[in-house]
This record gives sequence, C-alpha cells and structure tokens, in this order.
Amino acid sequence: MFEIFGVPSQALFGQLLLGLINGSFYALLSLGLAVIFGMLNIINFAHGAQYMLGAFTAFFLLQYLGWNYWVSLLVVPIIVGIVGIIIERLFLQWLYKLDHLYGLLLTFGLALVIEGVFRNYFGSSGLPYRVPDQLAGGRNLGFMYLPNYRGWVIAFSLVVCLATWFLIERTKLGAYLRAATENPTLVRAFGINVPRMITLTYGFGVGLAGLAGVMAAPIYNVSPQMGSNLIIIVFAVVVIGGMGSIMGAIVTGFALGLIEGLTKVFFPEASNTAIFVIMAIVLIIRPAGLFGRTA
Amino acid sequence: MSETATALLSVKGLEAWYGESHILHGVDFDVREGEVLTLLGRNGAGKTTTLKSIMGIVSRRRGSVRLEGNELIARSSDQIARAGIAFCPEERGIFASLNVEENLLLPPQVRPGGLSLDQIYDLFPNLKERLGSSQGTKLSGGEQQMLAIGRILRTGARLLLLDEPTEGLAPVIIKQIGQTIRTLKAQGFTILLVEQNFRFAATVADRYCVMEHGKIVERFANSELDANMGKLHEYLGV
Repeated sequence: MFEIFGVPSQALFGQLLLGLINGSFYALLSLGLAVIFGMLNIINFAHGAQYMLGAFTAFFLLQYLGWNYWVSLLVVPIIVGIVGIIIERLFLQWLYKLDHLYGLLLTFGLALVIEGVFRNYFGSSGLPYRVPDQLAGGRNLGFMYLPNYRGWVIAFSLVVCLATWFLIERTKLGAYLRAATENPTLVRAFGINVPRMITLTYGFGVGLAGLAGVMAAPIYNVSPQMGSNLIIIVFAVVVIGGMGSIMGAIVTGFALGLIEGLTKVFFPEASNTAIFVIMAIVLIIRPAGLFGRTA
Repeated sequence: MSETATALLSVKGLEAWYGESHILHGVDFDVREGEVLTLLGRNGAGKTTTLKSIMGIVSRRRGSVRLEGNELIARSSDQIARAGIAFCPEERGIFASLNVEENLLLPPQVRPGGLSLDQIYDLFPNLKERLGSSQGTKLSGGEQQMLAIGRILRTGARLLLLDEPTEGLAPVIIKQIGQTIRTLKAQGFTILLVEQNFRFAATVADRYCVMEHGKIVERFANSELDANMGKLHEYLGV
C-alpha cells in the first residue's frame, strides 16, 4: 500500500469509488431530469419519488414474483415509465402553457403523496435487496478493493448515459426532440405527433429514474426516503450542468460525485456542502450552467 | 370544368381567432392543381393567419378546408401535414440546435414522390456546400430561406404554403427564389404564396387573391393584372 498526499491509497481510492458510484446515480437521475426539462419545460420534483418507485418495484418483483435483479433491470424502467406516462396524461399535459412554478408544485406534491403512501405501508427503516449472485464479491486491484457490483453500477450507468446522449444528439428521433424543444408548433406542422412525443419523453425520463432505482436497491436500503435524500443534490447537478443539457448532466453528475469523494478524504466537514458551494460559484460565473446555452 | 372541380385545395367560410380577437371573417378561395396562387394584402390583412389556419396551427377556427375533397378543418396540424400540405413559415423556422443537414432532413416523408436530396441540391447548390456548417441559424438569410424551402420538398407533399419567402432578402436571392418557384411549378407542385412584395409575386403567380380585414376582397388572374393595377395600388398602398 502507498500514500498520496499523506492519505493511504486504499482510503483515497475507496472514497473515489464511492464518489463515482454516487456520481453514477447523480448522472442517471440528472439525465432524466434534463431530458424532461428540455422537452417539457417541467421541473420534475417527483423524480426522487420515481427513483424510489423503481427500487420498490424491483423489491416487489423479487418478493412476490421471484423475478431476479436482471429481469427487474429490464422490466422496472418500463413499469415506472408507464406510471410516468399516466402522470403526464392525467396531470402534466394541462400545465405546459403555464408558468414553471405550476409543474414544480404539482410534481412536488406528487412526490410527497407517493413517498407518504410508501412510508405508511413500509415504514422508514428500509428493506434489504440482495446483490445478484453473479456480481457478489469483489477483486483486489492492488491499490484498492473493488466490489464487483459497484464496478458494474459505474460501468452500466456510463453506458446508459452515453447511449441516451447518442439517442438525443445523433439520431433522427433526437433531432425531432431537439427541434420540438425549440419550436413544437412548427415541428408538428411538419407531420410529427409532438404531444405523443412529449408523453413518451416524460415516460423515458421517468423510466431512467426507475432504472437508477433498481441499480441502487442492492447498494442502499430500499426505503421511502431514498429519493428525497438524493433529489436536492441531483437538482444542483442539473443546475451546474445547465438546465436541459444532456452532456452537462452526465459530465457534471460523474464529476461532482468524484469531487464529493475527494472532499470526504481531504476536508470531510465540507463534504455535504461542496456541491452547493460549486453550484453558487457556477451560477455567479455562468448563470446558464457549465454546458447550458445562454438565451 | 368548374373551378371547384379542379381545385386541389378548397377553402370556404374560413374564420379564425387569436384568443378573443376575430382575425379571419369567412375566407373563400380555391387553389387549382399545378398553379401558383398568391395572397396579397397589407400587414395585418390576415394572409399569414390564413396559411396557419389551413395548416391547423391556429387552433380556434371554423369553416371548411378541403384537400383533394377531404375535409381538414377538424384535424391537428400533424395530420394536415400528413394529408399532403407542407408549410414554410415567414420566419423560416430554422432550428438553432440542429445542424444544416439535420434541418434539411427533419420533416418526415408523408407521401411518396418527394424530391431526392440531389434534386434539392440542384435547385439550391449553396445548400450542398453548407452541409458541414454547424448550426442552421449560422447560414445567411438567403441560405436559410433555401434550407426552409428545400426541407419541405423532400416530404412528398404536392401543395406548398410559402409565407413571404422573399422577406428581408437581397434582390439577387429574390431572383433565385423566384426561379425556384417557377421550377417547382413546372415540376407539378401547387403553391399557395403569401407575399407583400408585389413585384416579385407578379413574376411567379397565376392568380391573385387580395385580402383586407380578414376577407378576400378581390381576385383576378395574372393576365388581368394590368387592368387591376389601380385597385391593387389602393389595396396595398403601393
């Protein structure tokens, strides 16, 4: 074992790994928020609750149907995405022409309702979810010990984030989405069903939150508060990256996870506030965020 | 054969509102297959609103808009586009978040028979040279107009609604747009053109409808233009 700046390598890289894992969830969740804000102009405060819903759905599928983690990884984003579509059709579609505040208040209220219902039935202590057998254990890399499941979370999050970026920035469907973000009326006059696209986009963003929930279930306890604990940080990530910026959400999510990890090693007292200090600095220097477009 | 029998687009009693403001007060006209019909009128006469109402962009509207006999008035704008009408807006509608190629390829093909990319590049050679440009909105005004027209030619729609395609352009570009419209007409496209530039319209139009206060107040063929110059000057204030 060796030391870096007087810190044992195991401790330093261990914290960096934790930071990267947190960063994976920040990136996945802020990506969903960025997609939703970019297309719907809705600040989706229910995102944390939808992430929690993903973890609980995976738990239910395992508990009552015996469907394992891998099946959940495929099925849960679809189920949670459908819940999102129902929410969009029932509530959000009436708010697009109103001020942002209405969407924010509605989704905040929804988050409270969803979280409250789960707390009522399952309490606050949390429920265990096993790491899948194939990813149990870990490996010694020499300078640190890497649990297999955590390595998988980082790699898979990165793949999902880059695939989403590719979908939006490099495909025809992504071009429709970007164009509809700018001028939905004209895109519709070209023959594209924009309302349906908006509904599916919300479902996709919510599905991403559900996917993050499944991935988080074996790491954190499945609990009703798991989303609300995370959502404020995720909003800070979105603001730093630039509201609606896909690449901003991905890069900032991973980078802030790492910065948070480093802060825990070198200045633990500031680890809970570092992200918000960075947010304040970025807002002063670049109000549109690091990757955001200025109006 | 009567006018209506050969009409590709038939507009009858079209009324439209923006909020509480009643903008169109019963617009009636037909566009025959293969012709260029130009809507003339002063600012605020209702020309652009007429195009937007045909296209379904103005949501509060009533009357009748028939394409090849099919009623479109209750349809949404995406359904109207898929019925075979393509719209090129006044402000061109080039998307800043899309590059030139993405802008060009954005509208989906709604019918077979749209122009190929090579045919579009033949019409607008500048576009091919600017494909590598990063943002569509970085093009010059003339190139943006070519891009705006070029992209709707791919769709297969045979009826084109062009809203003031020469606005703010240099004379040499206006000439090129005029040549393009004549070429499109020769290829069988039907064009409903909104123009304030009367001199330009005279080089491409087969017929004219003059609008005032949300109604058609005069209509005549290009061959009757000289006889109607006095009235036109009065209506347009030129």
